[in-house]
Amino acid sequence: MMRKAAGLVVFNVGLCICLYDITKLEDSYIFPGDGASHTKVHFRFVVFHPFLEEILVGKIKYCSQEGVHVTMGFFDDILIPPESLQQPAKFDEAEQVWLWEYETDEGAHDLYMDQGEEIRFRVTDEVFVDTSPTGPAAATPDNAAQPGQSTAAPAEESTEKKEAPYTLIGTICEPGLGLLSWWNN
Amino acid sequence: MEVKNANAAMLSNYEVFKLLTDLKEQRKDAGKSKHSLGQQDLNTIMYETLKYLSKTPCSRQSPEIVREFLTTMMPQKLTKAEKLQLLNQRPQSAVEIQLMVEESEERLTEEQIEELIQTVAGVLPGDPEQENAAAADAEMNGGAEQS
Repeated sequence: MMRKAAGLVVFNVGLCICLYDITKLEDSYIFPGDGASHTKVHFRFVVFHPFLEEILVGKIKYCSQEGVHVTMGFFDDILIPPESLQQPAKFDEAEQVWLWEYETDEGAHDLYMDQGEEIRFRVTDEVFVDTSPTGPAAATPDNAAQPGQSTAAPAEESTEKKEAPYTLIGTICEPGLGLLSWWNN
Repeated sequence: MEVKNANAAMLSNYEVFKLLTDLKEQRKDAGKSKHSLGQQDLNTIMYETLKYLSKTPCSRQSPEIVREFLTTMMPQKLTKAEKLQLLNQRPQSAVEIQLMVEESEERLTEEQIEELIQTVAGVLPGDPEQENAAAADAEMNGGAEQS
């Protein structure tokens, strides 16, 4: 079970990385009717859970109308929404990229937020979604066909977007934040 | 499973890096035993986390360096979270320091910020590749006229 926890998000705790240590092993019991032996284990797990306002560095995964999507390799669900980009910001539909219309004496100089670029951001919010079987997200209508009804799929299928269990919202709207290349001398 | 404490302790990047590196070594050794079916690689999340951390300043740190850093930081009156960020990120400019230290304009003078930059640069090892590139740049610009 501890091995399975790695890579999983625990609701309101964070992303489990690996076991840190075992702090207590209680006595083993065998319950009547149950052949297996049960041992209560107290353990500590290393969890990825940045604190609010923390500064992190990731890479730009891609841009969309929603904003700039950032990845850290082991964690993918980081979003910098449009209002939190360096302003003025513009979304280039053709290139599917956000850019900073940086003002200089010679006029606006567009700085593109390209895929793969290293980006420094500040964590401003976190969103945990309960994706467990008993959670609210599991309440989906029964799609089983009744006798007599056609089983053909409806023409317009509502794609249930799989929500990430844990998302970080960030900002780059401060001096020093954004692409590392913008600030390196 | 029951969560007893969602935030038992804060770990530095170095501590996580060390833990994962040790785990990787353990599995490599386990792979050499005749009983195993083959090399047991780190699972994806551990591998990716180690990959990420190995490209950050923590990969060049050691328990002694961390201890020295924290000792040097004691008179600075920074919070635990601020010291942790300085340790993990190794900021090299005033702008970066100001991002990590809350209300730095009120709490630190320009000299103190400069001192912090020097301490961080001095105690925490930097990226040798980056430093060689910077040195090469300095050499190239050495002949240019000072304006």
